[in-house]
Amino acid sequence: MIDQSTLDEIALSWEEYRLIAQRLGREPNPLELGLFGALWSEHCGYKNSKPLLRLFPTEGEHVLVGAGKENAGAVAIGHGLAIVMKIESHNHPSAIEPYQGAATGVGGIVRDIFTMGARPIALLNSLRFGPLSEARNRYLFGGVVGGISDYGNCLGIPNVGGEVVFGPPYSGNPLVNAMCVGLVEADGMVRAVASGPGNLLMIVGADTGRDGIHGASGLASRTFEEERELRSAVQVGNPFMEKLLLEACLELVQTGWIVGLQDLGAAGLTSAAVESGAKGGAGVEIDVLQVPRRETGMDPYEVMLSESQERMLVVVRRGYQDRVKTLFDKWGLHCALIGRVIPEPEARILEGARVVAAVPLAILTAPPLYRRQGAPSSEVARLRAYDLSSLPDAPPGGMSWSGALLALLASPNIASKRSVYRQYDHQVLINTVVPPGGDAAVLRIKGTPKGIALATDGNGRLCYLDPFAGGAIAVAEAARNVVCAGAEPLALTNCLNFGNPERPEVYYQLEECIKGMSEMCQRLGVPVISGNVSLYNETAGQAVYPTPVVGMLGLLPDVTRHCTPAFKAAGDAVYLLGADLAAGATTGPEALAGSEYLAHLHGLVAGRPEIDLELEARVQQLCLEGIRQSWVRSAHDCSDGGLAVALAECCIAGGLGFTASALPQPGRADALLFGEAQSRIVVSVAPEHALALEERAQTLNVPLIALGAVGGDRLALRPWVDLPVAAAQDAWEHGLERAAGS
Amino acid sequence: MKFGVVVFPGTWSDMDCYHVLDTVLHQEVRYLWHQETDLGGADCVILPGGFSYGDYLRAGALARFAPIMGAVADFAARGGLVLGICNGFQILCESGLLPGVLMRNRHLQFRCQWVHLRAERATTPFSGAMQPGQVLRMPISHGEGNYYADAETLAELERRGQVVFRYCAADGRITEGANPNGALRNIAGIVNREGNVLGMMPHPERCCEPLVGGADGLLVFQSLVQSSLKALGAV
Repeated sequence: MIDQSTLDEIALSWEEYRLIAQRLGREPNPLELGLFGALWSEHCGYKNSKPLLRLFPTEGEHVLVGAGKENAGAVAIGHGLAIVMKIESHNHPSAIEPYQGAATGVGGIVRDIFTMGARPIALLNSLRFGPLSEARNRYLFGGVVGGISDYGNCLGIPNVGGEVVFGPPYSGNPLVNAMCVGLVEADGMVRAVASGPGNLLMIVGADTGRDGIHGASGLASRTFEEERELRSAVQVGNPFMEKLLLEACLELVQTGWIVGLQDLGAAGLTSAAVESGAKGGAGVEIDVLQVPRRETGMDPYEVMLSESQERMLVVVRRGYQDRVKTLFDKWGLHCALIGRVIPEPEARILEGARVVAAVPLAILTAPPLYRRQGAPSSEVARLRAYDLSSLPDAPPGGMSWSGALLALLASPNIASKRSVYRQYDHQVLINTVVPPGGDAAVLRIKGTPKGIALATDGNGRLCYLDPFAGGAIAVAEAARNVVCAGAEPLALTNCLNFGNPERPEVYYQLEECIKGMSEMCQRLGVPVISGNVSLYNETAGQAVYPTPVVGMLGLLPDVTRHCTPAFKAAGDAVYLLGADLAAGATTGPEALAGSEYLAHLHGLVAGRPEIDLELEARVQQLCLEGIRQSWVRSAHDCSDGGLAVALAECCIAGGLGFTASALPQPGRADALLFGEAQSRIVVSVAPEHALALEERAQTLNVPLIALGAVGGDRLALRPWVDLPVAAAQDAWEHGLERAAGS
Repeated sequence: MKFGVVVFPGTWSDMDCYHVLDTVLHQEVRYLWHQETDLGGADCVILPGGFSYGDYLRAGALARFAPIMGAVADFAARGGLVLGICNGFQILCESGLLPGVLMRNRHLQFRCQWVHLRAERATTPFSGAMQPGQVLRMPISHGEGNYYADAETLAELERRGQVVFRYCAADGRITEGANPNGALRNIAGIVNREGNVLGMMPHPERCCEPLVGGADGLLVFQSLVQSSLKALGAV
């Protein structure tokens, strides 16, 4: 009765099927097999990634809820408050239906946060698309931004940051990673548990339809060639319903009438009930006939595996169901009693009086874990060994260095993302102190002097060339971004976007990347508190760049002492932290490895990126101390586009010019101007504090260069670059809109 | 002064208005649930921003039927002060408490950004703390803020001085480039003929503390408090 097509549909292998039958001691019926398909999918079961994820450091003095324990991680920030956060992918749905895919991605991550009793206070979005020169990519870009805008704006949660990056490997397989951050009283957090036999299971929110069936197993856990056939697996979002659920659930968690709360996300009711039952050490019994439906004739399989959006499972203390119903009635929400917690540790599905499935939770929640053997591809080995010194030290096509800088400032990856984030409400809740557009967003925490800084980062091109260094750099850059805002990195969440792990070169990328991330986390003392893995990001056998996206949380003890990239005053001294004047790694050809300059102007992705973990930690320490001491008046991470772009961005943001008086000895001009050596920060300092910064740098053993001074209205790095700040500003401000043709 | 902040399902500026009135201005304030029919003795009712009932039909089109709106209309008819911000402005237009409509932004996109406004009249209860012609800086955050009214209505609004705020350049000039949504005559906020009901697309509650980018919004709320003190003095 089981054939290949059935297994293909739920993305299970024959070996896995035999394992299920062996553990059950019998053949599973079709419904039971569907439950396994969902829970043993990569998306829910992490069967390829879990053994590797164990490498992440997850402990820390501030950690209240660590990675993998609940719907999101939580850290204490003092004053009895906690920040709850998580990032999650919605790549596959967005590839098929960009508007709904992205919108429901936002909806899902927001539910993960309020499920824990926290009020969502910020959204961030990390997006990757193929080049805008292709119409399909422009369609995906517009659809994804529109979906995020409409859904997030309707909820009244500010969208304060993120990234938009373009690159050929993301054509046809965009990455849409949504991050949500919530605030909660630390002792008021709710768990996603179903415990206490006799307690009741209620479902609230949208009615259940046929949308999204096999979203977890089909869409998110395998590659797909023919997208149209899977369109029905994309859900449709209703942000108004979500807003009602959000407010109603936050009111409900204050009552003491419930023992647990769990959102219905991937694999719908199946995953919500099974996971909360397993966590609560009990079993769950659900009668599918009691589940409100929006379509007639749905069978138990469809009810259990529907991924209809905006639904929550509420575990209600026995005797409180009427009060819970009254509360939801007030918000105009439909809720229904669908089952109960049972002492037997199994998932028992009823259709009326008839038992249609009964499977031990211990088997359902223990998918086989695969440890595979990875190997780098020969193609990457070749690119890594590429002799960058063989390139002419000049921009292509007779372009001047100033022209090359303008071209980079106008390139979609570096140009201002204002045309995107002005479509997102980034101010509602009036906490936004530093809006999108800088290295990190800063929010105040009302009722306290504190603030938090938030940033996402991840460079797929660098990870492709060297997944270990690229992974470490993703963590380092995200931390550097919040440090530049004056915040101490406190914890991170991450989303790992990779191809098919069954291929050795992809598994190698995943393994090395996680190792690199872990080492940087260890060195910076930043734990991983939550995350998500998105594998099988491939079209027609081509994987996306291995793209870890790190969402970093930083804490400011005094939010008024935040910092931005903008130069503040003429006469301020400008320093480059993390580099010295001697010709070396920061100005040699190796600094061009994986750079935006090479990719955008030479069409070349090559070289081997590097990072010195120790230097990184010391540079961040110096910058943070400099800001806290009020020596440093502006700070900007020197990353995409290198030193020339970083200086231009500081000038544009501040409306002030800069003239260099000393620059590192160029091994090569291109590397000096546009090389992307890590662990560098551009800061400006009032002249009276310059000495203090230099002395502290010496004590901490951080190299630095006094580059020059803020002033005038030109950006001058003579003899190479000399142009009006206004010209740089025009290129940077309108580059993305011009490329997108809007 | 006693403020009432109306909460429809889907409203989201309610907490922001409450925060400003309570924490920044130390005024008495309470929420008014959309199903209530009593304003609880409020001296001023605020209809905040958001997406009331999801605004899937037309912004504000359903909210006008909410039970609380009957009470708001009666209150306004008796001369009570009503301030509609963003979605609140849309609801006031849909309810007929203010003339005109708010259409989708001309470029069809949502816009969240800072704009400059010129205070055209400093003689309303919402603008008494401003100087005539004063340029204010405030955020907008909307997809449907494109004010439209027929020529006759516009002429009437202008003749009676009902246009309180216009989008302008930083130097106060009324320019096409300063118009973020296509609103006719750069209209950002108007009052009714009696001057006790104001609707505006910009969000004054988002700019009452320098830490979050500006404090010009305080002038709107301070105007209201001043006007109520004057009213008390007159009694």
